[in-house]
Amino acid sequence: MLSGAISNRLGVLVLLIISYILNSMNLTLKIWRQQNRTAKGGFKTYKVSDVSPDMSFLEMIDVLNDKLIREGEDPVAFDHDCREGICGMCSMYINGRPHGPGKGITTCQLHMRSFQDGDHITIEPWRAAPFPVIKDLAVDRSAFDRIMQAGGFISVNTGNAQEANNILIPKEEADHAFSAAACIGCGACVAVCKNASAMLFVSAKVSQLAQLPQGQVEAKERVLQMVAQMDAEGFGSCSNTYACEAECPKLISCDNIARMNREYLKSSLT
Amino acid sequence: MTLDAKIPDGDLEHKWTKYRSTIPLINPANKRNLEVIVVGSGLAGSSAAASLAEMGYKVKVFCFQDSARRAHSIAAQGGINAAKNYQNDGDSVYRLFYDTVKGGDYRSREANVYRLAEVSANIIDQCVAQGVPFAREYGGYLSNRSFGGVQVQRTFYAAGQTGQQLLLGAYSALMRQTGMGTVQMYARHEMLDIVVIDGKCRGIIARDLISGQLERHFGHAVLLCSGGYGNVFYLSTNAMGSNVTAAWKANKRGAFFANPCFTQIHPTCIPVTGEHQSKLTLMSESLRNDGRIWVPKQKDDPRKPNNIPEEERDYYLERRYPAFGNLVPRDVASRAAKERCDAGFGVGTSKMAVYLDFRFNRKRYGHLEANKQGNHHPTDEEVWKLGKDVITEKYGNLFDMYKQITGEDPYEQPMRIYPAVHYTMGGLWVDYNLMTTIPGLYALGEANFSDHGANRLGASALMQGLADGYFVIPYTIGAYLSQEIRTKAIPTDSEAFATAEQNVNETIKHFLDLKGKLPVDHFHRELGKIMWNKCGMARNEAGLKEAITEIRNLREEFWKDVRVPGAANEFNPELEKAGRVADFFELSELMCMDALHRNESCGAHFREEYQTADGEALRDDANFSYVAAWENKGNNTYEMHKEDLKFENIKIAQRSYK
Repeated sequence: MLSGAISNRLGVLVLLIISYILNSMNLTLKIWRQQNRTAKGGFKTYKVSDVSPDMSFLEMIDVLNDKLIREGEDPVAFDHDCREGICGMCSMYINGRPHGPGKGITTCQLHMRSFQDGDHITIEPWRAAPFPVIKDLAVDRSAFDRIMQAGGFISVNTGNAQEANNILIPKEEADHAFSAAACIGCGACVAVCKNASAMLFVSAKVSQLAQLPQGQVEAKERVLQMVAQMDAEGFGSCSNTYACEAECPKLISCDNIARMNREYLKSSLT
Repeated sequence: MTLDAKIPDGDLEHKWTKYRSTIPLINPANKRNLEVIVVGSGLAGSSAAASLAEMGYKVKVFCFQDSARRAHSIAAQGGINAAKNYQNDGDSVYRLFYDTVKGGDYRSREANVYRLAEVSANIIDQCVAQGVPFAREYGGYLSNRSFGGVQVQRTFYAAGQTGQQLLLGAYSALMRQTGMGTVQMYARHEMLDIVVIDGKCRGIIARDLISGQLERHFGHAVLLCSGGYGNVFYLSTNAMGSNVTAAWKANKRGAFFANPCFTQIHPTCIPVTGEHQSKLTLMSESLRNDGRIWVPKQKDDPRKPNNIPEEERDYYLERRYPAFGNLVPRDVASRAAKERCDAGFGVGTSKMAVYLDFRFNRKRYGHLEANKQGNHHPTDEEVWKLGKDVITEKYGNLFDMYKQITGEDPYEQPMRIYPAVHYTMGGLWVDYNLMTTIPGLYALGEANFSDHGANRLGASALMQGLADGYFVIPYTIGAYLSQEIRTKAIPTDSEAFATAEQNVNETIKHFLDLKGKLPVDHFHRELGKIMWNKCGMARNEAGLKEAITEIRNLREEFWKDVRVPGAANEFNPELEKAGRVADFFELSELMCMDALHRNESCGAHFREEYQTADGEALRDDANFSYVAAWENKGNNTYEMHKEDLKFENIKIAQRSYK
């Protein structure tokens, strides 16, 4: 009985090792390296081996960095935190696409099973003037915070609130507001846009609050102020290519942009 | 030193109302001169900072992420509890209080928990007013769901992204104040020490993570809202950056650390796949509402889960705990999963997993939905399809996450899940005002030890973070600050600030000069293994003693041989990690000491020597009904202080979910 259990465990181990050898990949990475905001950057090429298809993309970069540190080289700096697709911190431009080839996922949710042995992968930071590079693949997205400061809120002090169920909201409207509110503020929409427009990000917040009765009171000032700040930060105009919607890891819809345009027009005219 | 929890007199029901009505007030002109530093921008930090700024205080907020919105509260999935009794199912403030104290296995402070239950309803009101899009019913009313350890439906939610929506609500309030100039925001800044002058906390030393410059900041009070320390285990559901540094520096400066061994292992997480694993992903407890957990009755059953017939499945939670079934609290569910896997009934390649199956409720929902649509004789196919739509609406993002990580479709086959480190009930000791043992230094949210005893109930972390920030600290801080209106801002070129900065500088210099061989992650991973194996879901005396020796050895190696590349005056994530892991190395030893001294099992702290005949945690109320608060005496030595727990409103009993 006991020896049966042991040989069984051993069998599992052998299978795991074999599948690991069969599945492991060797990759060539072309990564943007830039010492700081003002330094001139450039691509450097690295090899990584023994990459498992079960690894996430960021774990593959961890493997590279582990190697670089052990060899006395400077590891690649990149932003990341939750590693489950919700904090919005990770931000790699992979093979010409923000967050890489998957649909509706962030870089940290991309797994190596999306790649093949021998692949060459190009990795860049978000490319947009309002998002200056801090180091390598990490960029400064504080412009988004400043847009939020301009009006991305409902002005309610703590303690002001009325009983929650006094505000009834039809389920469909609540669901629409939620879909817009799902934005994680990662900036993929800006990075992919040829104009570096932040319309999808800004419109998601405008749209969420405009669809809720609580948000109506300040709707007019909100859209005007957020758009003004967006322009001041140097984000470009929208030319309706819909690339933002296609690359958004949370599948935020361009309908929000249409809604924001309506809100903006309404607010400008009245 | 005797610990005084400063619990107000009077009936439990009236303590808080009476107390908050008698705390001295501060006139608005004086508030404008009082400066408050908030470290951390999660639910507790953002809500506290926004609320205090609204009241007129001058507030500075520090977070290590690039924006306050990214704090790890954002990742909380399932929901937030509140005693609204919207479902008319018998909920009340008392019941939420009772469930929380019982869920925590009678190791929390009655007065604090009652206050938490009392303010819980206000939180929902506040969040709705901010525009948080909670799930709603067709009539436009708020929707609820069930969570573990509870038999009422009191959990409010926004799909599987409740933490995100609540944090964005608090963040929007914080951004509003930042825009108005009442809050100064310091993103990409990490607190590396607190400054204590004449026995009172007077500020912090922070590092600008982009320039690497150290900064000195004065505050009349400092609020640590820096989260938990689950990352001491390396693998956890915490974010990569989550750390204990702020709380630990406070401990080194005199703030006692309470119940460090109380760490929550969450039963439903995606299993580990290999050595490369950097973190673990939670599958919300709300899934247990609609899923059933099972393993095959036959060991090493080679069949695919969908091919194993009903009678050959062991729904072990329903079998062992008929009253609560799949909704037992987390500690109980985790141990039960471990028991099945250790006994050889685990599934998947590693055999360290159990199934979480949705097909029953998918069918049930399909029928309900068909009925709603007027189709009273739906085909099996229609039921299956309609059921999927309901599941997607409730948990779509979780199912997508699962598929991304495992490559398997949970709509078609059961999820494979296993327990993982998730939350830490232990934390800085605080009194009823949320003040630590250092006057002027407060701890809020997961960073304090307060309300969850030895085990936290699901959907209560969000509740506590927001309760502390929105509805407790705005009142209780007045008790201290009203005495500080004559204290002028202390210049940061004073000696205490200079010394604190000098200490931080020396540590940074040490790391960079070391030029060792092994990366920080190597040590962190090894430390995590020791902690998981010997101070994890089950502990025993011999194992804990070994762990302490192993931690000491590894720590020594770390300080001799860690390699931190780069320089001090630049963006240097490896340097940040080194500092955090150094603190984990000290905390981990204290966790083991705490676990070793507590010769009983309670909640998540399961000492194998102390269990009932059927394997349940066996408390020893006569000897351990206290909070263990550890004072740091330097050089990894500690003195324990006890706060005795008094249960005057709840009859203490053996916790049963059977």
